[in-house]
Amino acid sequence: MRTVFKTSYDADINLFRHGAQLGWYVLLLSVALALPLFLSSFGIGEMTNLLIWAIACMGLMILVGQTGQASLGHAAFLAIGCYANVLLQTKLGLPFILAFPLAGLIAGVAGALIAMPMTKLHGIYLAIGTLAIAILIDDFIVIAAPLTNGVMGLFAPDIAIFGYSFNRYGNPVGLYYLILAITLLVVLMYRNLQRSPLGRSFAAIRDSEISAQAMGVNVARTKAVAFGISAGVTGLGGALIGHFAGIFNNETFNVIISIQLLLAIVIGGLGTIHGAFFGAAVVALLPQGIAMGRDLVNKVLGGGSVAIPGLEAALFGAILIAFILFEPRGIYGRWFKIRTYFELFPFYRKDMFRRQKAYLKTERMR
Amino acid sequence: MDVLQLIVSGLANGCVYGLIAMGFVLIYKATEAVNFAQGDFMMLGAFICLGLTNPQFMGLPFWISVPVAIAIMGAFGYALDLVVLRRMFGQSQVAVIILTIALGFVLRFVAGLIWGHEPVSLASPIAGRDVRFGGLVLGLDEIMVITVTLVLTVALWLYFNRTKLGVAMQASSQNQLAAYYMGIPVKRIHSLIWALAGMVAAVAGILFASKGSIDPSIGLLGIKAFAAAVIGGFGSLPGALLGGLIVGLIEPFASRYIAAGYSQIMPYLLLFLILVFRPHGILAQVHAKKV
Repeated sequence: MRTVFKTSYDADINLFRHGAQLGWYVLLLSVALALPLFLSSFGIGEMTNLLIWAIACMGLMILVGQTGQASLGHAAFLAIGCYANVLLQTKLGLPFILAFPLAGLIAGVAGALIAMPMTKLHGIYLAIGTLAIAILIDDFIVIAAPLTNGVMGLFAPDIAIFGYSFNRYGNPVGLYYLILAITLLVVLMYRNLQRSPLGRSFAAIRDSEISAQAMGVNVARTKAVAFGISAGVTGLGGALIGHFAGIFNNETFNVIISIQLLLAIVIGGLGTIHGAFFGAAVVALLPQGIAMGRDLVNKVLGGGSVAIPGLEAALFGAILIAFILFEPRGIYGRWFKIRTYFELFPFYRKDMFRRQKAYLKTERMR
Repeated sequence: MDVLQLIVSGLANGCVYGLIAMGFVLIYKATEAVNFAQGDFMMLGAFICLGLTNPQFMGLPFWISVPVAIAIMGAFGYALDLVVLRRMFGQSQVAVIILTIALGFVLRFVAGLIWGHEPVSLASPIAGRDVRFGGLVLGLDEIMVITVTLVLTVALWLYFNRTKLGVAMQASSQNQLAAYYMGIPVKRIHSLIWALAGMVAAVAGILFASKGSIDPSIGLLGIKAFAAAVIGGFGSLPGALLGGLIVGLIEPFASRYIAAGYSQIMPYLLLFLILVFRPHGILAQVHAKKV
């Protein structure tokens, strides 16, 4: 185990804890950059999908993992980001490079506005309120048919930056690099947020609202800001989902998607950037995994192709149940435990990461 | 007459929502957890009864299969708590919420695997019969739904406020540690309440199935019932019924008097307004602590 000898106060908030950590991330980045050399265009498409999901997951992670506010309604912000991005490009003729950040901004402002009346709710009431938003946005898209084309859906134009065009089918590698760059920017923003006073006040609210208040954090305003930032990043993810899918309507962003997003970050590991990526990997790659497994079974048994409806959702649910029961810290938590085991070998103890249990008290008695 | 007809059908729908909402409230009242799979419990109860009754499956008489289905759902709820949820004891509410959402996915899949994804209707003797009061034509199923719901609400309310076990259930949620000190077996109480919620869900499912055809995705009705529970006041049994009735009544009137796109959002709009202006529902259960 490497012990960092801190010689300045900045050591606590450095971007990387020590040189070796920086080295590992540079290695990861170079693998990501070199990936198009090894993968087919289909594989690159899947990786692009993974990165887009990772952006959306990071958006939700800021709210759930960092601030501790459960949201079942983030599909609404995916939808707002996606529609804003495409409408700004097609109706107002803005270029992608302007429309994309504006879409994030619009989703963020919408998130903060929605959050303002809801910051006094917490726990399950917040979850219900956000669920209602996700259902309402679905219907609002249909109602606003003159703008959104309702159930018929909209076509997303190709991404064009200074005359250079990015398309999922025509130019998959270019699209991959573009989205990799956006993902890196989002990660950097997330990391800086974590290191700033704002991010620390988020964590304070997550750990104990009362102590945060006692330390001078304005709980309601900070929650609204967290909601806004989270919705903004999720909106960016939504805009990319729109471009990646090519065509989308109100069904693309239904309640199930927002639930899936929440489940993804729980599987990945709450409160960490790694968790967002692991969760995105599970969501993005599971359909392919099932298809491959099905082909394998068919090959072994020699039967025709059997399609079982709903298998994907059920498998996802089963994985999630297993994680909540046996590894509540998610994939990243498991990896962290394994790493700690080897770092401390042979001094790892079984209960090192044991969760604290609490006796329940009703929230209906104040 | 038209309005009266709308009211009755709205009430009947509302009662089903109310029954599902009651399942939410039961579990919340006793364990402080929220069972997002309650709608899927209802779906499962309906399908178990259908599997026992319908001629293409078991073909039992309806009046035998109803108690059997209720008993099976009770056992299912008890076993679920024993095997899965007891491991979550002492952990945060949000973890339980996420767990039950995932459980809902799995239940929907299992039901689809066994009974198929096509809509099927329950061979129920109360379906499709009419009762006439003067000029008013009411379905026997609608009257049945309303009566059973009212009886069940009163029974559950009495149970929670008058019996020893019901009070023990409330105690175990209000302060677990104190409940332990008083000799209440908190974990067994939790299992019992899950069994009870399963039974209520089975009743709701059977009543819902008598009103029309069912398929594995009707569990998503749970979201509407959830809205009902919050509107009425989460944690209050009469509140759950009240919320269910409000949502049930809004729906037919909204679809009759408001343009098509806008009518279906009315329940959620109401939910949103309630959350903003009266966050704990109409019959709020939040009391100030007496010192």
